[in-house]
Amino acid sequence: MNMPFYVAPEQIMKDRADYARKGIARGKSLVALTYRDGILLCAENVSNTLRKISEIYDRIAFAGVGKYNEFDQLRIAGVRHADLKGYAYSRQDVDARSLANQYAQILGHIFTHEMKPMEVEILVAEIGAEPGGDQLFHILYDGTVNDEHRCSVLGGEADAISERLAGLYEPELEAAAALRVAAEALAGADRTVRADDLEVAALDRTLGRRCFRRLDLAEIDALLPAPGRPPSDRPEAGPPG
Amino acid sequence: MDLPPLRTVPLFGIGEDPGPSFTGLLARGDSAAVASWGQSELPGVSVATTVVALRHRDGVVMAGDRRATAGNFISHRTIEKVFPAGRYAAVAIAGAAGPSMEMVRLFQLQLEHYEKVEGRPLSLDGQANQLSQMVRANLASALQGLVVVPLFAGWDQGRRRGRLFQYDVTGGRYEEQDYAAAGSGSLHAGTVVKLGFRGDLEAAAAADLAISALFEAADEDAATGGPDLVRGIFPVVVNIDSDGYRRLEDSDVEGRFRSLLASLEAPDGPGAGGG
Repeated sequence: MNMPFYVAPEQIMKDRADYARKGIARGKSLVALTYRDGILLCAENVSNTLRKISEIYDRIAFAGVGKYNEFDQLRIAGVRHADLKGYAYSRQDVDARSLANQYAQILGHIFTHEMKPMEVEILVAEIGAEPGGDQLFHILYDGTVNDEHRCSVLGGEADAISERLAGLYEPELEAAAALRVAAEALAGADRTVRADDLEVAALDRTLGRRCFRRLDLAEIDALLPAPGRPPSDRPEAGPPG
Repeated sequence: MDLPPLRTVPLFGIGEDPGPSFTGLLARGDSAAVASWGQSELPGVSVATTVVALRHRDGVVMAGDRRATAGNFISHRTIEKVFPAGRYAAVAIAGAAGPSMEMVRLFQLQLEHYEKVEGRPLSLDGQANQLSQMVRANLASALQGLVVVPLFAGWDQGRRRGRLFQYDVTGGRYEEQDYAAAGSGSLHAGTVVKLGFRGDLEAAAAADLAISALFEAADEDAATGGPDLVRGIFPVVVNIDSDGYRRLEDSDVEGRFRSLLASLEAPDGPGAGGG
């Protein structure tokens, strides 16, 4: 009978974590920041159809980086959880904190029990009635939950982007300014990202019941500073539509 | 109805996944049939009555009175029978109030659930078809007296026009070109709309016609509520056009009713003959 080689549990966990981190680092990063009217989510995404940011419920959004099929599976499960809960109880009983805990349990379980950890990092964002009530739950591939304030960065280059974002971020920014900050933090000093490569959505307190709104390419383009043109030339954000 | 367990985020294996269907998701919770409501005809079940919809130049108008009756009692004076369904459609109900409300709630959720899972809203035809399946699922209850008959109307973004659909208890779906009515006062309301309908009606004129139809239905049908000027209760009137669903303000509806009443009271108005 063959005996398997002994591998220390520390080593198994470390190998799995390295594997997940490598998978996540292959994709592009994502930034979420609170602004005056809510939470802005901005991702580098070359695809216009495979989304990283989506709506979960009236005031809750989902964002994921890493392996698309894995975080999309989590996204759909989150929509189902939220809709079932809202149907069984009431719309106001659906909250990001309990959803984030569910995600953490699933990711933690898969990390320790399955062959392969999920190569994803996800964010569950919820806007409050007032600017101070916004919540950002950042969940890692192993089920670690971080309750973050004001901004959150997901992806392989999170450290560098967080550092840039900390230098640029101010509370209570306008939507357009918040988007510029996000785009600049994602891009860094030595390159610029085009509107076409960005996926942008917002949870906007002013929208009524369903607060999630995706910005289309024309809107993103209008809000971003064009090369060679001063930012003040650009039109401000139109009314949300 | 049994719900799938809420303790965990619902994840499904390949082959068991309900896709973007919310009713399918509910059915995964247990074998309890989705949308199977009351099993026997109960005395004292509230019944919602007259709703009417008509197409106009820029979309559709839908209206419903506010009365629910249980036998010869007025059980509720302020229930609503017209609801938004997505951003560009409305559903109006006639029939047993409880199952109707539940069907609307499930229908609204189904549309939103589909939109969120799939990333794009269901087409107007798809929505009408979904509603048809929900009505059909209620057939067993309908045969025991808990009938639900909705009207569905919306703005078709592909065809750039308003469209409206009528249903029967078997889930049969019939697209109407100009107008539709359902409920106990539908005969009278439908006749008023039929006589006043023109293809080039504007939204405001269509709203006036719908209000007049409900007024005449309330005049002839005991189960249909008219405008209640004492309590300030007025029918729900909604307009759907390329800008989406919009409910008319109560003050707007009240103004339209008051001018309708004024025209009926005028010395040479329709009421002058004493008929």
